[in-house]
Amino acid sequence: MFNNHKHLIDISEYSDSELMTILQTAKAFSEVNERAIKKVPTLKGKTIVNMFNEPSTRTRSSFELAEKRLSADTLNFGGSSTSTVKGESLIDTVMTLDAYKIDCIVVRDKHAGAPYIVSQASPAVVIDAGDGKHGHPTQALLDLYSIWERKGSFDGLKVGVVGDIGHSRVCGSLIPALKIMGAEVTAVGPNTLMPPRPDILGADHVSNSLDDVLPDLDVVYMLRIQRERLEGAPFPSEREYHQLYGLTKARERLMRPDAIVCHPGPINRGVEFDSYMPDHPERSVILDQVYAGICVRMAALYLLLGGADNGLAS
Amino acid sequence: MALLLKNAHVVDPSVELDGVMDVLVEDDKIAAVGENLSAEGAEVVDLSGKYLVPGLVDMHVHLREPGFEAKGDIESETAAAAKGGFTGVCSMPNTNPVTDNGVVVEYIKSVAAAKGHCRVYPSGAMTRGLKGEIISEMGNMVEHGCVAFTDDGHGIQGAGMLRRAMDYGQMFGKVFMSHCQDNDLVGDGQINEGAVSTRLGLLGWPAEGEELQIMRDIMIAELAGAKLHIQHISTARGLEMVRAAKAKGLPVTCEATPHHLFLTEDAIDGTYNTCFKVNPPLRTAADAEALIAGVIDGTVDTIATDHAPHSDWEKSREFELAPFGMTGLETALGLVITNLVKTGKISFGRMVELMAIEPRKILGLDQVQIAAGFVADLTVFDADQVWTVSDGDFASHAKNSGFKGAELTGRATDVFVGGKQTLKDGCVL
Amino acid sequence: MGTSSPKAIIMDETAVQRAITRIAHEIVERNEGCDDLAIVGIVTRGDILAKQLADQIKQIEGVDVAQGSLDISFYRDDFATHISPEVHATRIPFNVDGKRIVLVDDVLFTGRTIRAALDAIMDLGRPSSIELAVLVDRGHRELPISPDFVGKNVPSSRGENVRLFCKEVDGRTSVEITDVEPGSRIGSAPLGGE
Repeated sequence: MFNNHKHLIDISEYSDSELMTILQTAKAFSEVNERAIKKVPTLKGKTIVNMFNEPSTRTRSSFELAEKRLSADTLNFGGSSTSTVKGESLIDTVMTLDAYKIDCIVVRDKHAGAPYIVSQASPAVVIDAGDGKHGHPTQALLDLYSIWERKGSFDGLKVGVVGDIGHSRVCGSLIPALKIMGAEVTAVGPNTLMPPRPDILGADHVSNSLDDVLPDLDVVYMLRIQRERLEGAPFPSEREYHQLYGLTKARERLMRPDAIVCHPGPINRGVEFDSYMPDHPERSVILDQVYAGICVRMAALYLLLGGADNGLAS
Repeated sequence: MALLLKNAHVVDPSVELDGVMDVLVEDDKIAAVGENLSAEGAEVVDLSGKYLVPGLVDMHVHLREPGFEAKGDIESETAAAAKGGFTGVCSMPNTNPVTDNGVVVEYIKSVAAAKGHCRVYPSGAMTRGLKGEIISEMGNMVEHGCVAFTDDGHGIQGAGMLRRAMDYGQMFGKVFMSHCQDNDLVGDGQINEGAVSTRLGLLGWPAEGEELQIMRDIMIAELAGAKLHIQHISTARGLEMVRAAKAKGLPVTCEATPHHLFLTEDAIDGTYNTCFKVNPPLRTAADAEALIAGVIDGTVDTIATDHAPHSDWEKSREFELAPFGMTGLETALGLVITNLVKTGKISFGRMVELMAIEPRKILGLDQVQIAAGFVADLTVFDADQVWTVSDGDFASHAKNSGFKGAELTGRATDVFVGGKQTLKDGCVL
Repeated sequence: MGTSSPKAIIMDETAVQRAITRIAHEIVERNEGCDDLAIVGIVTRGDILAKQLADQIKQIEGVDVAQGSLDISFYRDDFATHISPEVHATRIPFNVDGKRIVLVDDVLFTGRTIRAALDAIMDLGRPSSIELAVLVDRGHRELPISPDFVGKNVPSSRGENVRLFCKEVDGRTSVEITDVEPGSRIGSAPLGGE
């Protein structure tokens, strides 16, 4: 329980100060992750199920490490052997997991809203690890953390989110979270990759031209072109996408000297980037984001799984 | 056997009745209508304070039998119809086997005759197996009692196929009922494309996906000289197209469902309540407002429910996996009285047109008038009964209503089908 | 912070400073100098005291001793019912292996914070020894822990709250006893002492 939040499903239910508390707690965990012994006993005796109903090596690995460094017992449930594949409904699967007496379920599902269903079917704490095209709150938190580490503040920060916004669960959480923190967000991409209403997510501006907006941006957030998720090819070729929206060495001259580059990974060199920008020593925070993922997930687990009364009295 | 219904407020605009009087029923027919009637040996029912109108007909109902009895069957869903005040329903052909031949039509009629709680008017598929490829045996179906043709649930995707089916079928004189959905545009759309679909990360089902086919179907029906009825119309622009067709004098009608009239996409939130997953999807408040205006000005001919029962386990799945549809039979009358009549938007007379006269006209059924000699299909309702929709109110096998928790005013109390009572004091007989 | 009323001031600013000076001398004496010595304060107020102790030791011996701060939030044994609202990063800018560590806290009560702190230090490495310095020992131990250096022993009842106020965070320096009103939560370690 963190303030009145039992779960982490919809990031827009969190206030700016609550998100900042998560980031500050993540910072404390960053110190733990730098130690020789990267483990604290905080969640000793807690059982956490990583229920991954669609494949996701990275997010699952990050959660698993975060859980283990907090001394929780973890159970990975999913893959091709999932009971949902065998025809069992999500609710029945959750009730089965619940019979194991668990404390937390981390849910990744290809269907929007699945974490909410899980939260209704189980008394456990539920953390959304990505649901359909809806949300991915811990990804948004790690993005916020990485940006905060480099920029120190979100106030008036100009963030451009570039690429497949319409099919992106990342954007479903990231753009609202950036807005909560006070940043100014521009959605960039062809209309075939835009959601019907980018403004509803919180985008202040929408542009089809990366070249037009690049000079103003403090943060350039490149989205992965999710080839497996694009129904009916929304752009003619990767070559043309790269020409219009690729963050290349040639485009760097348009960028502010202190602008940084983010990407949720895994990156496609030759599509979102050439081979220059992802390895840029000053601008690229892509690997910092991966590291931040462990810290913010430890923070979220710590804040949600502890404190029946949350200790925030007075 | 005679039945004397005393002191009901009778409303029937087709015979300009709107006042308290008595109705005498003998066998299956109305024998007399007037003040202070008496009849030797007749069973007398006092209906003081209640309304009596021609029996309501819902021309868009999924009875699920044969094939999907886990969702509902003819017995349970006609019970839901009786509970909601209906004396007859038009069944949709998306059964298994599909209602695309006379055998299935006969099956539905025979089960309805044996176990039904209201009249069932079967509609048949326009194309064999609802596949949009081959014209179904429309002549054979008409011979066995089919009242209309539709590929409801799918719509016919090819304009050429639609034309062939209408060109062929128009000789039987039945109406073609169109489910308008351009699959290429709609794709896997889940809810109305717009703010809510963006917020919830669900694929959008754009209004244009419906409107394109409304326009196409109007043009092809005109070309084929066929009678066209647009089912569950949901958008302002679609309604505008129907309005224009009517102005041109084309035989085009349309229906609106209570959920498209009284709910909007804003009902769908982070709880992903699958009861609100319907096809076509709940639209915007502006669309709902336009539909209500259409109900008032007559562009919307009838209110039909698209009653679509589903089993609880199907609806308690992930939103994208749950089937489309909500039930509607038990709540339609209460919703119309609460939202349209009690608010002064329409009169009870207009309500009778919408829910009793027009559906019979569109389907080519014999009219029921509150006058001597007509079949005694009668609906009696208490216009002031206040009730809150809850699971216990459903006679349907299913409970997937989007109106659970709504407080409604007005509810059917008694229903007579051919003089035989099917609902008494709110209980299905 | 909570609902409590001041009952008595048991140490004023001078008394607190005197105690720190004395403890600094005792630490140097007991350890025969400052070799391998490290002062680690438990945040927030133990950390402030640790800094003052390190300053005193520098005045006495002319040496900068290693100094760090420890947040024990992740080691608490009451995590299930209570989490710290504000977690501070632990800052130990030296290798603890082989160090003689003096752990510093403001008020010693049940001993549970010290238990957590010992675990936290052990996760950082293997010091050669750990000693405990506290400004106030108010008794009521629930674990077999006793301090090596004490500013003042203050007999108290369980229903009372003994708190150190520090200029740096509270605007005044003193140790006060307050009554705890039944049912009210008074702060939370590390902010409120034990």
